Amino acid sequence: MSDVIEKAIEQDYKYGFVTDIEQDTLPPGLNEDVIRTISAIKKEPEFMLKWRLKSYRQWLKMREPTWAKVDYNEIDYQAISYYSAPKKKELKSLDEVDPEILETYKKLGIPLEEQKMLSGVAVDAVFDSVSVATTFKDELKKYGVIFCPFSEAVQNHPELIEKYLGSVVPHTDNFFAALNSAVFTDGSFVYIPKGVRCPMELSTYFRINAANTGQFERTLIIADAGSYVSYLEGCTAPMRDENQLHAAVVELIAHKDATIKYSTVQNWYPGDPKTGKGGIFNFVTKRGICLEENAKISWTQVETGSAITWKYPSCILKGDNSVGEFYSVALTNNFQQADTGTKMVHIGKNTKSTIISKGISAGKGRQTYRGGVKIMKNADNARNYSQCDSMLIGDKCKAYTFPYIDVRNSSAQMEHEASTSSIGEDQIYYCNQRGISTENAISLIVNGFCKEVFKELPMEFAVEAQKLMEVSLEGSVG
Amino acid sequence: MLEIKNLYVRIKDKEIIKGVDLTIKAGELHALMGRNGSGKSTLAHVITGKDGYEIEGDILFNGESILDKTPEERALDGIFMSFQYPVVIPGVNNMYFLKAALNAKLKANGQSELDAMDFLTLIKAKIKQVGMDESYLSRAVNDGFSGGEKKRNEILQLLTLEPIFAILDETDSGLDIDAMKVIANGINEYRNGERAILAITHYQRLLDYMKPDMVHVMMDGQIVKTGDIELVYELEAKGYSWLEN
Repeated sequence: MSDVIEKAIEQDYKYGFVTDIEQDTLPPGLNEDVIRTISAIKKEPEFMLKWRLKSYRQWLKMREPTWAKVDYNEIDYQAISYYSAPKKKELKSLDEVDPEILETYKKLGIPLEEQKMLSGVAVDAVFDSVSVATTFKDELKKYGVIFCPFSEAVQNHPELIEKYLGSVVPHTDNFFAALNSAVFTDGSFVYIPKGVRCPMELSTYFRINAANTGQFERTLIIADAGSYVSYLEGCTAPMRDENQLHAAVVELIAHKDATIKYSTVQNWYPGDPKTGKGGIFNFVTKRGICLEENAKISWTQVETGSAITWKYPSCILKGDNSVGEFYSVALTNNFQQADTGTKMVHIGKNTKSTIISKGISAGKGRQTYRGGVKIMKNADNARNYSQCDSMLIGDKCKAYTFPYIDVRNSSAQMEHEASTSSIGEDQIYYCNQRGISTENAISLIVNGFCKEVFKELPMEFAVEAQKLMEVSLEGSVG
Repeated sequence: MLEIKNLYVRIKDKEIIKGVDLTIKAGELHALMGRNGSGKSTLAHVITGKDGYEIEGDILFNGESILDKTPEERALDGIFMSFQYPVVIPGVNNMYFLKAALNAKLKANGQSELDAMDFLTLIKAKIKQVGMDESYLSRAVNDGFSGGEKKRNEILQLLTLEPIFAILDETDSGLDIDAMKVIANGINEYRNGERAILAITHYQRLLDYMKPDMVHVMMDGQIVKTGDIELVYELEAKGYSWLEN
């Protein structure tokens, strides 16, 4: 029986292909000159270079964290190339985009030209480190919404960058955030003006495609007073032999009465299914701050890829009555390892947070939920509800849960629920007896398990997420 | 329709079924009675293809041996079992589950699958037949259902999937009198000249409603007595011990 399940969860990475495009690449290695070069290529103002160098010097003093429950070979940071860009740049329209890149997107099911008309989703497509195509810009302009590559924002809106960059995730925050601050090449920037409800879901597709090029994305989203934005991030990556480092930083700032909804579907190459070799290392720092009263930040993530995931999208609830949410589905199959969760820091009065975490382990997958809820002294009547459910498929996988709770105000209300379940033989047999195949039964049960999280996703993402779960668990059952 | 020939079943060196022969023809309803642990449920599981048994002899369904088929293949051939203990599947919507099952069957038969709207129309009609509230459709499969509700849900699946051959494994256990009547009506609704039923039960009441063609008594892995409804009354009056040796 466990054989059947094993077979059902075996699958090859479906998006394993490499696009052949010439790249502008810096030689491997990291020093102050490399950082100066990146800053110069980007034609950055002085404050940016200063900040990068400050971050680099800080990074040199820091140690790679070892507290997460993940094992991997030491990363040689001098063996990584810190800049890589497709040769064609500054494109005015999609027609100018390298047809091969467009072809790659097509294989991934992201036809940009169709997306324009069909989905109503503006796409800032990041191909390696430089954004090559941005759509829907004019439409957004009408509302005063700024949605552009990070490097463009540095040129056109330096005052916003200088004010907010590093304000939620300071360059001193952690080892990977410091590294990102020093060497990030691009990412996305969003600003929603006062009182504006962003007319469409904003979305970015990331793709890592140059060998040995660490990808360091930087995303900054600012929702001004009374505004609303829903941002989607999704990605797949091609088959690779060497480990690829990804250390992104995402900062969200929600002002008074503003709402930011940030959704991620992550499907990076998880490594060879037989040996675990070659998968992506995903060390991400994501944090949002509800700066003023009645602000709301909601993280939703579906994590099915990467060899190693180290990720804790968090909320700082500073404004009174502000709300933080974290909905997560993480799947580890074969040799994948994930240490993921969230942190909710309650500072303001009447602040509320919700954590729903669903972890699925299959194969030899190893998964840890790590969550921190902190109620500060002045956070009167703060409330938290946490629910962490783990599902085990097969008998070689592992799941751990580490909920940290720190309450310094006696008016706080805390609820924590946790469960561990497995897909039982009796459930599979019951489904089989009704004519449902083992493969479909597993996907049915897993999707049922994840439903609470999937319903938080925007419609098109919810469909994609379900498909992704099916693909991630599907195999060849006799 | 179903022919069981000289069947022996072992589980971990323990012999459970010790030579059973049984033939059920289209249109018939056979009742299988006997003490707990006499091998009735094992027989049902072996017919449906549950894993973990060592089997000798043969089981033919419509003239073809099914022992090498998976549970899923047997289900798609038209064999259905109403579970003695219906399984809970948290998170999976009951209606979605039923639709997946029906569409798997339609697909296997080369028919076109039903879309959500057509299925909803169908299931709303079926659920009335078993006296269940529509709210059960949007709940998770058997999750938080009472014993009686679970059994009704099994019969709802029977009526929806319309198999050729149905095994009812103690479908009447744990039901109150009214529920039993509803379920018996549901089962009678299902019956016709092309379908057959094997009903495993301890009680006379369900059989009163359903009028079995034959009644078998199983004891220690063998069918020790076969008769008609009169045998049921006899068992009701005398118990099983008079059949020993």
